[in-house]
Amino acid sequence: MSLLVIKDLTASVGDKPILKGLSLTVDTGSVHAVMGPNGSGKSTLAQVLAGNPAYEVTGGSIEYDGRDLLEMQPEERAQAGMFLAFQYPVEIPGVSNAYFLRAAYNEIRKARGHEEVDPLEFADLMEEKLALVDMDSSMLNRSVNTGFSGGEKKRNEILQMAVLEPRLAILDETDSGLDIDALRVVADGVNKLKRPDNATIVVTHYQRLLNYIVPDYVHVLVNGRIVKSGGKELALELEEKGYDWVIEPAGAAA
Amino acid sequence: MTAPVVTGAGESYAAAFDDLSAAAAVPAAAQSVRRAAFDRFASLGFPTTKNEDWHFTSVAPIAEEEFTLLTAKSGDVKRADLGRFTFGATDWYTMVFVNGRFTPELSDIARLPAGVKIRDLASAWSKSSETVDRVGRLASYDNHAFTALNTAFMYDGAVIEIAKEVDVERPIHVLYVTDATAAKTMMHPRNLVVVGRHARATLIESYVSTSDAMYLVNAVTEVSVGEGATLRHYKMQREGRRAFHVGTIEAHQARDSHYVSFSLATGAELSRTNVYTTLDGEGCGATLNGLYMLDGEQICDHQTQIIHAQPNCFSRELYKGVLDDRSHGVFNGKVYVHPIAQKTDGKQTNNTLLLSDTAHIDTKPQLEIFADDVKCTHGATVGQIDQTALFYLKSRGIDRALARRLLTYAFAADVLETIEIEAVREGLERMTLERFV
Repeated sequence: MSLLVIKDLTASVGDKPILKGLSLTVDTGSVHAVMGPNGSGKSTLAQVLAGNPAYEVTGGSIEYDGRDLLEMQPEERAQAGMFLAFQYPVEIPGVSNAYFLRAAYNEIRKARGHEEVDPLEFADLMEEKLALVDMDSSMLNRSVNTGFSGGEKKRNEILQMAVLEPRLAILDETDSGLDIDALRVVADGVNKLKRPDNATIVVTHYQRLLNYIVPDYVHVLVNGRIVKSGGKELALELEEKGYDWVIEPAGAAA
Repeated sequence: MTAPVVTGAGESYAAAFDDLSAAAAVPAAAQSVRRAAFDRFASLGFPTTKNEDWHFTSVAPIAEEEFTLLTAKSGDVKRADLGRFTFGATDWYTMVFVNGRFTPELSDIARLPAGVKIRDLASAWSKSSETVDRVGRLASYDNHAFTALNTAFMYDGAVIEIAKEVDVERPIHVLYVTDATAAKTMMHPRNLVVVGRHARATLIESYVSTSDAMYLVNAVTEVSVGEGATLRHYKMQREGRRAFHVGTIEAHQARDSHYVSFSLATGAELSRTNVYTTLDGEGCGATLNGLYMLDGEQICDHQTQIIHAQPNCFSRELYKGVLDDRSHGVFNGKVYVHPIAQKTDGKQTNNTLLLSDTAHIDTKPQLEIFADDVKCTHGATVGQIDQTALFYLKSRGIDRALARRLLTYAFAADVLETIEIEAVREGLERMTLERFV
C-alpha cells in the first residue's frame, strides 16, 4: 500500500522557492533513495516532511497513511510514525539523552493509547537498542547531542529511530561526515529496523551509503523536481558519471 | 523624639516603632542601635528610582501601604503544612518562624551536634553575650533604607553559631512561614550566622507562605565566615503571590574562607534580594549563584555585591532568570576590586530566558577594578526559546507544552547542578519543569 503520496509539492524558504513541483509515492516495505547535487532541495524535502515551520509549503499535497500530512503538527507526524534523522542533530545542553528518549517514547505511546513506561522498564528496552547501534550506555547520561562527535550524533539519531520504531523513516544525509566504520554501524542499524510494513527514504549526495542500505528505487532531484527515477543501478551510474548528465537535459527542458 | 516624616506612610512607622519599644523590649545597647537605625531610616526614606541602586524597581507599592507590626505570636500553621517547603527532607535541623516569631513546637533543634548553637533572637537578647552584641554590626544601614528599617524593628530571628573546626553534616533550615493572620502586617526577621575557624556548615533560609495574603517581609541576615571556614547558604524566596519581600544577606569572609550562596526567587508580587559579600582575607572564594522564575505581573530584583578587599581571591557568579507573561526581572551585579586585591580572579554571568514578548529584564553587570593584575570577566545574555531545539523535540513526538518545559529546565540546568543538597536540587529541578505550563 502507499504510505506516502506527494503530489506537485512546492515549498519556499523565506521568499525563495526551493521545491518546484515534486511528486513521489512511497509504498510500505520499500527503500527509496533521493539523490541530487547540492542545493537541489533534498534537505528541504526532508524538513517539509517533518513539518519544520521555517519551510513554507506553497502548493501541492502530501498524504501520509491516508491523512493530510500538511494539516498535522510535527509532533502529530512523529506520533503517527514519521521520523526524520537530522542532517545536523540539535544539541540540547541540560536535558539528558535518557530523559529525552523516554519522554519521546512515552509521548508517542500516549498518543497511540498505550501506557507510559517507567524508567526501569525503559532501561531494559534501551539495553537492546543501544546494542543495535553499538553505543555505550554512558551516552544516555550525557546531554542530548552535546559535545558529541559527528559520528556519535548520527548514531544517536539512529538510536532514537530504533526506540521510536517509525513507519516512515527519512534519513537526511545521515552518511555525511561519517567514516567507514561509523557508516557501517549506522547502515546496519537501519537495515535491522526494516520491516514489511514500514518504509525508508534515504536522502544522500553520495552513492556510498547505498552500498549498505540497498534502495529499491533511486530518484534524482534537480532544481526542486525529480528529473529521473530508476532502480539501484541508477545510483551507480550517478557515482560514475556525476550529476551533470541528468542536470543538462533538465536545464535544456526549462 | 518625633521622627521626621518619611515617604508615604512614615508616621505609621514612627507609631509602630514606639509600640515595639514598649512591647518587645531588648537590652539598652540594642535599643540604642534600633533607635539610631530608625532615625536613619526616617531621614533616608524609602528609595526612589532616582537612587541608582533602585533604578529599575519602584518600591512605591510598599511605601504607600500601611503595614501594622506583629510582635506577638500568631498564626495557625501545622507541621503538615510545611512538607512542601522542605523538599521531602526530614533530617534537617529546622527552625520555624510563624509570622515572624519563633515557633519551637514546629522546630527540630533539640538534638544538635556538639559545637552547634542555635537560638532564637528574641530569647537570646535576654542573655546578652558577645554574639548577640554582634547583631546589627555586620550589615551596614547607612545607605540602605530597608536594612535601617529592619534594624529599627529587629526583634526575632535565628542566631546560629558553629564552633571552630566543627563540620555540620546536615543542613540547618531557617523557615519563615506566614499564614492568613499576617495580612497587611510587616515582619523584620533578623538572622546572624557565625561560622568558626575551619568549620563547615550548610544553611537554608526559606521565606514561604500558606496563604495569598498581602504582607511585607523585610529580612536581614548577617553572616561571618571564619578563617578557612565554608558556608553554603541557600535562600529560597517562595513568598505568597501578593507579598512584598526585601531580603539582604551581608557576608563577611576571613582569610581562606569560602562562601557559597544560591538565591532562588519564585514568589512575591515584588521582591528584592541583596547578596553582599566582602572577601576580607587572602585565599577566599565566593560563589554567588541564583535562579529567578517569574510570571504574571511579578517583579523580582537581585542585587549582588562582591568586594575583593584582599589579594589572591576568586569569585564566581551565575544568575539565571526565566520570565513569562508581563513579569519584570532585574539583575544588578557589582564586583569591586580594591587596589590591594591583586591576582583577583572573577567571573560574573547573567542569562535570562524570556518566554513571552511582554516579559522584560534589566541587567547590569558592573566591574569596578582598581588593581592592575587581575582576571575579571562579566557578561549577560537575554534570549528566547530556541526554535531549532523546539522543532527537534516536536519532531520526536513531544508536544509544544512539554518541549517548552524541557527547554526551560535545560536553560536552568547548569545553575541547578551547582546545588549540593540532593533534595533541594531535585526539588528545584521539578519546580523548573513544572512551573511554566
